[in-house]
Amino acid sequence: MTDNSTAISDDDLDEMDLLRFTTAGSVDDGKSTLIGRLLFDTKTIFEDQLEAIENSSRQRGDENVNLALLTDGLKAEREQGITIDVAYRYFATPKRKFIIADTPGHIQYTRNMVTGASTANLAVILIDARKGVVEQTCRHAFIASLLNIQHVALCVNKMDLVDYDEGVYNGIVKRFKEFASRLNISDIEFIPISALKGDNVVDRSKNMPWYQGASLLYHLETVYVGNDFNHVDARFPVQWVVRPQSDRYHDFRGFAGKVAGGVFKPGDEVMVLPSGFTTRIDKIHTIDGDIQEAFSPMSVTMTLRDELDISRGDMIVKPNNTPEASQDLEVMLSWFNEKKLKPGGKYEVRHTTKEAKCVIKDIRYKVNINTLHKVEDDLEVGLNDIARVHLRTSSPLFTDSYRKNRLTGSIILIDEFTHETVAAGMIVHR
Amino acid sequence: MTSYNLTHLQQLEAEAIFVMREVAAQFERPALMFSGGKDSIVMVRLAQKAFHPAHFPFPLLHIDTGHNFAETIEFRDRLVKSIGERLIVRTVQDSIDNGRVAEEKGPNASRNALQTVTLLDAIEEFGFDAAIGGARRDEEKARAKERFFSHRDEFGQWDPKNQRPELWYLFNGKKSHGEHFRVFPLSNWTEMDVWQYISREKLELPSIYFSHEREVVERNGTILAHSPHITVGPKEKVETRRVRFRTVGDMTCTGAVESVADSVGDIVAEVAAARITERGGRSDDRRSETAMEDRKKQGYF
Repeated sequence: MTDNSTAISDDDLDEMDLLRFTTAGSVDDGKSTLIGRLLFDTKTIFEDQLEAIENSSRQRGDENVNLALLTDGLKAEREQGITIDVAYRYFATPKRKFIIADTPGHIQYTRNMVTGASTANLAVILIDARKGVVEQTCRHAFIASLLNIQHVALCVNKMDLVDYDEGVYNGIVKRFKEFASRLNISDIEFIPISALKGDNVVDRSKNMPWYQGASLLYHLETVYVGNDFNHVDARFPVQWVVRPQSDRYHDFRGFAGKVAGGVFKPGDEVMVLPSGFTTRIDKIHTIDGDIQEAFSPMSVTMTLRDELDISRGDMIVKPNNTPEASQDLEVMLSWFNEKKLKPGGKYEVRHTTKEAKCVIKDIRYKVNINTLHKVEDDLEVGLNDIARVHLRTSSPLFTDSYRKNRLTGSIILIDEFTHETVAAGMIVHR
Repeated sequence: MTSYNLTHLQQLEAEAIFVMREVAAQFERPALMFSGGKDSIVMVRLAQKAFHPAHFPFPLLHIDTGHNFAETIEFRDRLVKSIGERLIVRTVQDSIDNGRVAEEKGPNASRNALQTVTLLDAIEEFGFDAAIGGARRDEEKARAKERFFSHRDEFGQWDPKNQRPELWYLFNGKKSHGEHFRVFPLSNWTEMDVWQYISREKLELPSIYFSHEREVVERNGTILAHSPHITVGPKEKVETRRVRFRTVGDMTCTGAVESVADSVGDIVAEVAAARITERGGRSDDRRSETAMEDRKKQGYF
């Protein structure tokens, strides 16, 4: 096919990077249409997929091709016309690969949004131009901020239905900025679009000459996300100890893991937690030979100069920059389960590669996620609630604040009996 | 000055290696499912990278339907020998002989669904508590909602409506006795990523992925390889065409594409221009709109 403008050749390979973004929207704000548009226009939807959803749409009696059927693959979703779970979608342009975490906006809305946001570099938030900033907009923006997403693309959608009016757009932008001033988002890009008509989605719109900015896709392709990983504070949670039972590698003890922060080089002085012993990095191994440095988010295996007792759950850091070691954690907790949080209850906690038990010592307050107000008179924490809690763990965890490092600042709680993941937590350092 | 940025392939690779090591650490008896197809060949490469210079902390497990392409089986044995890892093979034929399953009837008979029983029996026989598979979310719509760590109940069933949320890189592999997990390190990879990785790593593949002349039968728009395992109808004709396969499943349900691509570079270009999904030629997925979900719920890969 010669007209394939998005074809990727081998030469592009070296320069392509990855952007993970999440999309959140209210019911009927055109989110599925927007995703469908991005997939269509980047030629990610295939003929057999299109044919399949055309058939289904016809069978269901839908007037237009229902693009939501692309993302809603489960039987129950199709039957009920709803989205149950976070769906992951993939597309690429010659500049970037994209992973979309598409999160539905109801029932388990907080759980889905928090899950999708946890690995995202950017959040696309949709506003219906006719409705303006609504409660759900604020909720989405708050969760993006809570999950420390650095970039938000705020799309004012359905501009075609307000005659592409600049005044309507400016009013919404002003209103959103007022709200966002109370949040912690460093980069917000405002884009007036019509997902249905394609205005400012892939190409700049001719219908809105007053808008000087980029189209959404151009923004997604070019927004700088290289500094989303922490390359300052060296953190290496030990995941697995590589011990070959062979004559050739008889004394080999490699510590395998994913770099969670900073940069490690052979010869660097390192400290092992919890023991506190120091040594130096000998080599950083790969199957293709040794490498000269390792940084987040690389998965590597390192050997150390001295023989130390190190196992999974330990953390290798630099002596002059250590994480906080404590059994007492202050956490913003997002609760996922129908069963409510038990004050004083015990849970299993997972942090980096470490597991421990924990007990809920105190529920400080709940957050009204629509108004951002603290709720102190009702401390019952159930599905979709977000609360600040104090927990005490059975052994010290080595943490950074979530703001500083997503990987060393996050935890999940697991029910001891059902083994379900019941909550996610963002660590706050006072 | 050094730039601390990884390309998309490097990021996907690091993620997949992390997931493999997490399986080794969180489970007692994992197995790596190996079919001889391109995704499982990529998985073997990733496992080598994850555990080098040690051997894999798990065996390879192949569920052999008996309807595989001879080229795939020959390749499987050669690869296993060259990497020196353990391979366990369990066959659908044995399941049929033992009366565990019954062969389907008719011209479209396939052993595709039968292998679920063989797989679950193998999981029980060896006490596997995690089966690592090469499935990707971009392959099929039911898989778009699959987790990296996918919980299976004691009957091996998947409950898509009640999955554990997965945040950051904190994977929850906790389970009760008799339950197990399916783990998918390539969840975030696309078909294109797999081919680019094969190209980057210079991985060898079974010859059926590359253009070759073969006797085929066209059935309902699918080009099937002519073999003793399919029954040619009176109105169907066997002809020789220049084809290759985009996925490697059973000969009875894996459709070929007409292609002259005979190198990985050609295939990357072909995939980039393709207008039909990779599984578009899989008649097993076409049986109904939710064919994949239905099979997955029962314990399919």
